Amino acid sequence: MEEKQTYWQENLRLIFTCLVIWFVVSFGFGLLLVEPLNAIRIGGYKLGFWFAQQGSIYTFVALIFWYTAKMNKLDKKYEDKE
Amino acid sequence: MDQLKLYTYIAVFGSFGVYFAIAWWARASSTSDFYVAGGGVTPLQNGMAIGADWMSAASFISMAGLIAFLGYGGSVFLMGWTGGYVLLAMLLAPYMRKHGKFTVPEFISDRYYSKTARIVAVVCLIIASLTYIIGQMKGVGVAFSRFLEVDYDLGLYIGMGVVWVYAVLGGMKGITYTQIAQYCVLIFAYTIPAVFISLQLTGNPIPQIGLGSTLADGSGVYLLDKLDMVVTDLGFKEYTTDNLGGTLNMFAYTMSLMIGTAGLPHVIMRFFTVPTVQAARSSAGYALVFIAILYTVAPAVGAMARFNLMNTIEPAPGENLVYAERPQWFKDWEKTGLLKFEDKNGDGKVQYVADAATNEMVKVDRDIMVLANPAIANLPNWVIALVAAGGLAAALSTAAGLLLAISSSISHDLMKGVLTPDLSDKNELLAGRIVMTIAIMVSGYLGLNPPGFAAGTVALAFGLAASSIFPALMMGIFSRTMSGPAAIAGMCSGIGVTMLYVFQHKGIMFIPGTSFLGGMEPNWFLGISPNAFGVVGALVNFGVAFLVLKATGPAPAEIQDLVDNMRSPIGSTSEAHSH
Repeated sequence: MEEKQTYWQENLRLIFTCLVIWFVVSFGFGLLLVEPLNAIRIGGYKLGFWFAQQGSIYTFVALIFWYTAKMNKLDKKYEDKE
Repeated sequence: MDQLKLYTYIAVFGSFGVYFAIAWWARASSTSDFYVAGGGVTPLQNGMAIGADWMSAASFISMAGLIAFLGYGGSVFLMGWTGGYVLLAMLLAPYMRKHGKFTVPEFISDRYYSKTARIVAVVCLIIASLTYIIGQMKGVGVAFSRFLEVDYDLGLYIGMGVVWVYAVLGGMKGITYTQIAQYCVLIFAYTIPAVFISLQLTGNPIPQIGLGSTLADGSGVYLLDKLDMVVTDLGFKEYTTDNLGGTLNMFAYTMSLMIGTAGLPHVIMRFFTVPTVQAARSSAGYALVFIAILYTVAPAVGAMARFNLMNTIEPAPGENLVYAERPQWFKDWEKTGLLKFEDKNGDGKVQYVADAATNEMVKVDRDIMVLANPAIANLPNWVIALVAAGGLAAALSTAAGLLLAISSSISHDLMKGVLTPDLSDKNELLAGRIVMTIAIMVSGYLGLNPPGFAAGTVALAFGLAASSIFPALMMGIFSRTMSGPAAIAGMCSGIGVTMLYVFQHKGIMFIPGTSFLGGMEPNWFLGISPNAFGVVGALVNFGVAFLVLKATGPAPAEIQDLVDNMRSPIGSTSEAHSH
């Protein structure tokens, strides 16, 4: 039972970290902070515009794979203890 | 028959032949095959199938066009329709797969120990899926009538016939493997023209990089800067900063699309087809990779199409296109009525400006941008033929997924679950096939006679999913104590608020003249447009559910054990898949 609790707590912490990043790259960089970020440029892209139309999507992909890898490890640890 | 038409026939009917062959090879022999493809799909295959399932006629045909004319404001669709997969991978898919049943209403019924909850979920699902399917059927009709010059009606019948063969024969199993083929067709059809156009304009073959590069004309000016300059000179808003109804509206719009995506039953259902919890997580990752390929190319397609259009009409400031010398694609689209020119000042030249009084391009339909793009850029005929096959693949694959969601919710949830629980596996399979046939006919009928509310339907589908299904599922997993009555109250009030807001601004069932507050922007709550309101509905859902939970007490102990079991990754291949 206690094992179950720690497993779930660790999962929740991981989800929280991921969702903070998810929020920052899309709603943060892509929407709320778009104007100040647009002052910075990478090539022809204004940075805020790039996050809104490109960067946030790449980050989403990376986030899911990172979460999946972390969870696979966590699942293994938990299964071994069970 | 000219060369283009010949190529188009080969591309379209060749791809249909492939779908039929797959359907024959992947016939369903049990309800488990029919609902969840036997539960044996690999994450990579599932990711590809989700990609095709998810990317509809709207993604393929309309989205880049929307971005072309909305500029930065179009970002809400790009972030909204991809960010939902992060939520799916972390908040819903693994736990729902662990629970291991066939349908979304079945999950809701088990978790909230209530047939009422199941029926509420079935109703939400059918409304959301049927409204969505009308758009796909229209897409099939349009693609046929534009590219093969057959009648819209006939095109629709052909499309219905094709879906019928592989969806009814193969169920989820047939649909899964056809969707994999359809993904390949649609992604090639989308990216090849984009690569050509990016190469032409910027000299870089990768559209995602081309969009941020300098123009290939030797001027050293960045494409996006030039585009900003061209459009602002003509009085349009600057491309890279044009805001869609203010930051708050864009925020709410993006959030509504994200949680709506995560709550759409035909997408969630696909996660029941993989064998383990771990596979459910990684298939969300693969799905987003396959979706991101199209979604990161789309902004390049949009900006480059807008650039090419402006450039064709006014190659240099003041040197406008002479109407009599207009290119062939211009004439072709004029015939369809989607492009209209009116020589207001009588100079025989085309003036395309923001000011409605002097603008002579009185109609430029957004939907033509992707379809006309290869012709505007003078690409070879086989590329144009490929785009036709790609558009059809996008529409058919999404339609099939939606049809399965509808038929399983009727044959499995209503018939087997509520009305006739002693239905045998064999008869349930037969019932599933009959219901699917009826669903195809109903959606075909709606495609032929689109109801007045067809234009607002996608907004309604996302609003419903966001305000009812997503919160109910999330609370079911993350709150051990959330009770049946509280969840039902939440779902009903979430949908209620969202529908009321959409209807009061857009008319009851979108009938013009019945909107009691008018579609007036000044009456919008905090300036949030009706399409962006799903997130407010979801907040209402959460709020009401927790208030009712406080007042009526928590779920029984055995339900709390059920939630504990859902959260644990062990024993993931469940009994439902060996039915």
